[in-house]
Amino acid sequence: MKKELIELKVNGRMRELAVAPSKVLLEVLREDLQLTGSKRGCDDSSCGACTVLVDGTPMLSCTLLAASCQEQEITTVEGISEHGSLAAIQKAYGDRGGAQCGYCTPGFIITVKHLLSVNPNPSDEEIREALSGNLCRCTGYSQMYEAIKAAIEAEQRGLAAL
Amino acid sequence: MARNGKANGKGNAKLAAVWVGKKLKRKEDPRLIQGTSHYTDDLKLPRMLFCAFTRSPMAHAEIRAIRTDAARALPGVVGVFTAHDLTGLGMVPCAIQMPGLNLPPHPVLATERVRYVGEPVAAVVAENLYTARDAAEAIEVDYEPLPVVVNMEKALEKDSPVIHQQFRTNRAFTHALKNGDIQSAFKKADRVVKQRVINQRLAPVAMEPRAVLGEYLPGENRLTVWSATQIPHLLRTQISVMVGLPETAVRVIAPEVGGGFGSKLNVYAEEGLVPWLAMKLGRPIKWAETRRENITSTIHGRDTINDLELALKKDGRILGLRVRILADMGAYHQLLTPLIPQLTALMQAGCYKIPAIDIEIQGVFTNKMSTDAYRGAGRPEATYNIERIMDVAAHELGMDPVELRIKNFPQAKEFPFTTVTGLVYDSAKYQESIKRALRLSGYDSLRRRQKSGWKNGKYYGVGVSTYVEICAIGPSAATPAGGWESGTVRIEPTGKVTVLTGASPHGQGQETTFAQLIADELGIHPEDVNVVHGDTLAVPYGIGTFGSRATAVGGTAAYLATQKLKTKMARLAAHLLGAKPADISFGRGRLSGKGSKKSISFGELVMAAYTARNIPAGFEPGLEATHFFEPSNFTFPFGAHIASVEVDGETGEVKIDKYVAVDDCGNVINPMLVDGQIHGGIAQGMGQAMWEELIYNEEGQIVNGTMMDYALPKAHLLPEFTLDRTVTPTPVNPMGVKGVGEAGTIASTPCVVNAVCDALSVLGVKHIDMPLKPERVWRAMQQAQASAQLEPQPNDTPSSSRAKRGISVSEKAARSKA
Repeated sequence: MKKELIELKVNGRMRELAVAPSKVLLEVLREDLQLTGSKRGCDDSSCGACTVLVDGTPMLSCTLLAASCQEQEITTVEGISEHGSLAAIQKAYGDRGGAQCGYCTPGFIITVKHLLSVNPNPSDEEIREALSGNLCRCTGYSQMYEAIKAAIEAEQRGLAAL
Repeated sequence: MARNGKANGKGNAKLAAVWVGKKLKRKEDPRLIQGTSHYTDDLKLPRMLFCAFTRSPMAHAEIRAIRTDAARALPGVVGVFTAHDLTGLGMVPCAIQMPGLNLPPHPVLATERVRYVGEPVAAVVAENLYTARDAAEAIEVDYEPLPVVVNMEKALEKDSPVIHQQFRTNRAFTHALKNGDIQSAFKKADRVVKQRVINQRLAPVAMEPRAVLGEYLPGENRLTVWSATQIPHLLRTQISVMVGLPETAVRVIAPEVGGGFGSKLNVYAEEGLVPWLAMKLGRPIKWAETRRENITSTIHGRDTINDLELALKKDGRILGLRVRILADMGAYHQLLTPLIPQLTALMQAGCYKIPAIDIEIQGVFTNKMSTDAYRGAGRPEATYNIERIMDVAAHELGMDPVELRIKNFPQAKEFPFTTVTGLVYDSAKYQESIKRALRLSGYDSLRRRQKSGWKNGKYYGVGVSTYVEICAIGPSAATPAGGWESGTVRIEPTGKVTVLTGASPHGQGQETTFAQLIADELGIHPEDVNVVHGDTLAVPYGIGTFGSRATAVGGTAAYLATQKLKTKMARLAAHLLGAKPADISFGRGRLSGKGSKKSISFGELVMAAYTARNIPAGFEPGLEATHFFEPSNFTFPFGAHIASVEVDGETGEVKIDKYVAVDDCGNVINPMLVDGQIHGGIAQGMGQAMWEELIYNEEGQIVNGTMMDYALPKAHLLPEFTLDRTVTPTPVNPMGVKGVGEAGTIASTPCVVNAVCDALSVLGVKHIDMPLKPERVWRAMQQAQASAQLEPQPNDTPSSSRAKRGISVSEKAARSKA
């Protein structure tokens, strides 16, 4: 299949790529850009391990054609840090045991990052609802909730300190 | 934590624990939460090719012809291979030997017949993944369909299609475990309670699908295999046998592994074939499983039919237990397939005193993927059997299920306790865990709510499960490939410590817990301890991670290696300080002589061991020690879980509104990680109780073989878990740790089913098979109500009498018995 030239802004950097029109975004990120943080878990958009932000919206990159993201801004787990250090949610995951095998973690980090950006103070139910599109087989989600709540608290303390 | 110090180095005063017992953050996390770690499929080698498989779409058929021309003609295809091309490649291994076991040959690619959907028939290697998959689809296979059998009972009938003709039967084995006078137990019984329960087939679905990358360097005669495995060393041995290289030429690396749950405790066809192809083609080859392949062709769990009969006195005392089990092997034996139901037999008595037992198991071949170890591996089935029949018995006797359990517990002073199945339970206080669970759950108020609910058409249920499991697997005499573990501790010249462990963690966090353990022993910081695992070239031979063994067996090996080092360090310190070795004590970063008058820093001492200019006569330079730890027994963690549910009378929908777990895994190294194991285990066990079921139809097709269709527990479906623990150290290892990887899964499944059946007992529902989907629960309610209308129940039936009695006696019973 003839390759197409596309431009993607990935983690703040403009990238020019020649990709087959059938290639999904996940594989372009993993193979062409060596950004292997986003994971392939289900092949059919049901597990959330491949979640990335496309123009700020969480999208499942395993079923999204790369060519359809022309000139859009893609954020992966590798680009999620804040001011050169871990994002609040990443730090909280480490503090509270939010990750075990780590395979689903990048997808969750992206999902939670988005949740907190659109709803800085979600209720327990809203958190559970937001997470329900991502699957984890290790944790039972409990320590993820703790991490998310800790991240919200940290953000609020940070805001209060300003 | 208070530790049993028996195996400590002689003469070395024990340091107070600084790191052990702390919620230390995981050393693994920085790379995982930033997505910078490498799982097998993240690896890319120069000149790497991609592999894809053509798999059988038929459950049972003869292969008449395989046409590969179209596939070979595709640009980018490097090679196409069928069974005939695999000269010199060995079979898929099974490690189990037992009398009368029918062990069929298990070729890497199907030869004349296919026996389950997903069986590999051909392999394609191509320049890129898309081409490999297109070519695998372009291979044409002519199948002559054969009759299919997926149902175990039908498979044992005389006119059933036979899956392996040489055996003339689908019976893979029979296994019996009998002890005590079962005839007289049933003769003396006031009550015999019977129930058939089905433990449905599950898919493990680790989030990371399997993946294998093989590279062969002919000059060095070095085959390197990266694989998502729980057992790198055992895999290395098997790969060397399969591909015909000396074991010293094979290196297996388990890089980051994304969960296993037993599904990666195996040796798969692809793990032999992909490296063999890399040798043939002279280029690195990678295969990464699709999720569809993961569900059709990675092992499954459970799938047993269990007929239970419990003989009791009318006061609830158990006299005997009779169990008949049919265990579905699938079409072939994978590494441990026939072993799993035998673990069910061993643990069938649960945490009860049972004078007589009679267990018979038949392993059965069907046209399905093999079953094998899945989180708990035989013990969840045992626990489900005993905990369900205990509840059925309690309802039939009109007793509170808690009271019935407590009545049959051994007392704490009876430990070590020898069970009717011949195991020796190390240490336990069953009364204490149930007492705590009752208090935490507010059991009596839950019972009051239930009683008033029943009057108002609301169905509240309370489920209890008291469990014991077998962990720290295990003494070598009881395991197929050795039950020991290796640990090497090396203090490098700069004072940094490398720990090499034969355990192969894949999410459990032993890089952190082992560092905590060794840091405390040496008086250093866990940041200075680097735990290395999963590389057979770096780590001495080991067994791996499964059966809740990594810390209890592997951690002990590292601990004992450290004791050897400490003895050596004390000798050198004594030499340098002019003291006696027995007087040397380890402080934080320093070693001191008697009365701490003279001391030497940890760093200086280590450097002295390497510069070796001033050492005692005969002192071996360097600081490295290895210990292979052979445990004297298994360990037996235990606990009590209580679930509270509400069943919607209109729809059959179940809501779990409270879940309390009181577990005892002995001493705890990192409470955050132990809690995480329990949470995840409960979720997985709840998944079986409520949602998960891998369904094969009559034609042997999996009807829910994607993650979209196979119902895994999601965040919004699970309740909040309330955790508590008791600590009963084991005498089996010097750290007193028991293992915790499977406890939650073992306890939660019967707990939830007991709760739902309890809620509906007022309608006369005795048992519902899993998963408790609304439709199934609703049907059970309808059926019970219909039969109640046909045959009006007298007022004194046990279920209605319990309903009337209301407030339970259990808390009182627990207090008086404990």
